[in-house]
Amino acid sequence: MNSLLAQEVPLSWYLLLSAALFALGVVGFLIKRNLITVFMSIELMLNAVNLSFVTFAHQWHAVKGQIFVFFVMMVAAAEAAVGLAIIIAVFRARATLAVDRIDLMKL
Amino acid sequence: MNAPLHLWLIPLLPFAGFLLNGILGRGLPKWLVTTVALLAPLAAFGVVLNAAAGFFGFGPATGSLPYIETCPIPWIDAGVLHVNFSFVLDELSLVMLLVVTGVGFLIHVYSVGYMGDEEGYARYFSYLNLFLFFMTVLVLAGNALVMFVGWEGVGLASYLLIGFYFNKKSAADAGKKAFIVNRIGDFSFLIGMFLLLANFGTLTFSEIAAKLGMDPGWQGGVVTVIALCLMLGAAGKSAQLPLYIWLPDAMEGPTPVSALIHAATMVTAGVYMIARTHVLFDHSPFALGVVAVVGAATAVFAATIALVQTDIKRVLAYSTISQLGYMFLACGVAAYSAAIFHLVTHAFFKALLFLAAGAVIHAIGGEQDLRKMGGLWKKLPVTFAVTTAGVLAIGGFFPFAGFFSKDAILYAAFLQGPGGKALWFVGLVTALLTSFYMFRLWYLAFLGKPRGESEHPHATPWSMQGPLVILALLSIGGGWIGMERFGSFLAPAVGARTAEGGSAQLELILSIVAVAVALAGWFVADLMYRQQPARAEELAAAYPGGYRMLAHKYYVDEIYGAVVVKPLLGISRYVLEWVVDIGLIGGTAWLLAGIATLTGTILQRWQSGNLRSYAAWLAAGAAALLLFVLVPWDAVLASLTAIHLGIAGH
Repeated sequence: MNSLLAQEVPLSWYLLLSAALFALGVVGFLIKRNLITVFMSIELMLNAVNLSFVTFAHQWHAVKGQIFVFFVMMVAAAEAAVGLAIIIAVFRARATLAVDRIDLMKL
Repeated sequence: MNAPLHLWLIPLLPFAGFLLNGILGRGLPKWLVTTVALLAPLAAFGVVLNAAAGFFGFGPATGSLPYIETCPIPWIDAGVLHVNFSFVLDELSLVMLLVVTGVGFLIHVYSVGYMGDEEGYARYFSYLNLFLFFMTVLVLAGNALVMFVGWEGVGLASYLLIGFYFNKKSAADAGKKAFIVNRIGDFSFLIGMFLLLANFGTLTFSEIAAKLGMDPGWQGGVVTVIALCLMLGAAGKSAQLPLYIWLPDAMEGPTPVSALIHAATMVTAGVYMIARTHVLFDHSPFALGVVAVVGAATAVFAATIALVQTDIKRVLAYSTISQLGYMFLACGVAAYSAAIFHLVTHAFFKALLFLAAGAVIHAIGGEQDLRKMGGLWKKLPVTFAVTTAGVLAIGGFFPFAGFFSKDAILYAAFLQGPGGKALWFVGLVTALLTSFYMFRLWYLAFLGKPRGESEHPHATPWSMQGPLVILALLSIGGGWIGMERFGSFLAPAVGARTAEGGSAQLELILSIVAVAVALAGWFVADLMYRQQPARAEELAAAYPGGYRMLAHKYYVDEIYGAVVVKPLLGISRYVLEWVVDIGLIGGTAWLLAGIATLTGTILQRWQSGNLRSYAAWLAAGAAALLLFVLVPWDAVLASLTAIHLGIAGH
């Protein structure tokens, strides 16, 4: 136990986790029909990216990567506010949140 | 050092009047509009008088001429080109300014009565003030470019005032015609300026004169070309052959405008410009000869047309062209002071004649046809009296103003060798014709039996009679100063030329001949229009071809229409519009738009509107990029080459 705990988690594990989360986000974005789920998939991708930022920052002892994470989180928060507002507006107008039925931008 | 004269006030006062009446005039009460409109030229005239008084020995001594005023801020300062707003007051511009502001003020006063009932009263006066602004800039200009500003500006004011009744198509067309024909002359003036700049490196009149004076090598060649360019510009403004055609049509404007702009001041700008740049002409005998011939030809040409015109204003318009021809003739024999002398006296008597004609037209309700007038002397005694003075002055009868100036021109022409004798003869014939058509007008309008319907003409208000009387006095006495004194006054500005072979005796003989010729013209007119009124029509019937030729003004308008206007319109319509505009430019635009539309039609299929398909494209793109970055293409390529070589090796 002790030996396992004493060992540091290797870099590749973090990156694999990040890649897996990102892939999940992409797949969710592509296959889900509900707009809110799609939206959450985007958040998932952002967080996957955050994870790799933090990983590399730790690895290279560079604080820049961590600062980037704060920026990403901040933008994500702003984006969430705007995005949710749009979703509510869309729902009020269309009474649906199915992405493939919201296609009136097409001529 | 001169005391400040504030020359800049002379143009700026009328400009202030223009701004006030032009912007606020609609809302102002009429008396205020009138006050502003009259005060502006009066104040400018006051400034001119103040300046003149100093130089003539009254008032505070102001030093010597020329007096130069330059704006401290340079106007154009680029490379070799340095131009300032500079005003020059010398003998020449002083005389011209006195005429422009003095006669201008009188005509403003007259307009108060004449335009009193018209719509656009404030607009009219703002244009009139604008004209005075530009005209004084033109006169005061110390270099060619400032003069050009005034030159273009008076053209604009002329355009606006000819087209004053813009609801009338003929008036609007006449304005356009004046503007376009003038533009041809202006273009030539511009070329002349470019050449001046290229050869002398300056546009300032005094510097050009100095450079010409320093080097006697300037003779003919480029100087001739410059002088001819300037002359064509002057011919446009001063309505000389071949660009005179706009002036008769300009009579569509209100009559005081015809008097001020198209008789007394603006049209003499060409003569003034030649006098101003006389050093150039002095260095080019050929250009001088051209000026003289153009002047003489215009004088006799326009006089013959005036013989048969039936519109009172058109008779006066052709008479103006003819008299301007006289001034050109004088310039052409280098008698610049005689030209300016005639310019001044002509401004008096022609303004008078136009204003009197305006009074007649005003009185009988807008009728301009001489055939429908007659017998007006009893009803319009003042107008009749002043017109008589004007007719005698333009006819050249002693001791009226026109006698002295016309005499000076004919005398100067006579002394210019055999060519000069021919010019003198043409001038004499013109004098005969002038006397005839002016007395024809006089008889038809004022004497004989009334032929019109209007039995009870309107009274002429004092504001119209006052200027008429003042101008009549000037037409009578304006020439008494005499050519000798006038010439020696102007000599510092335009140079004095003493031709050989002159003598007081010869001058006296020539004067007697000129007056005799004028009397002959009167006699013929008397014969045809008083003693035997049917005679004129018999004569017209006897020579139908000649009469029709004159009545149609030698078909010049028609010829220009066929030779210049029609081809120009044709080229514009068929070549420029259809081929170039619609075909080339439009075609290119359509082609580009077509490509864009086509590409859009193809690419729009991609835009499904389906969010997930966009996302899929995005993901595919990202994957492709990733692939591109991750795959070691160099190694792949190398191994592929190796395989290929291996195959080839076997």
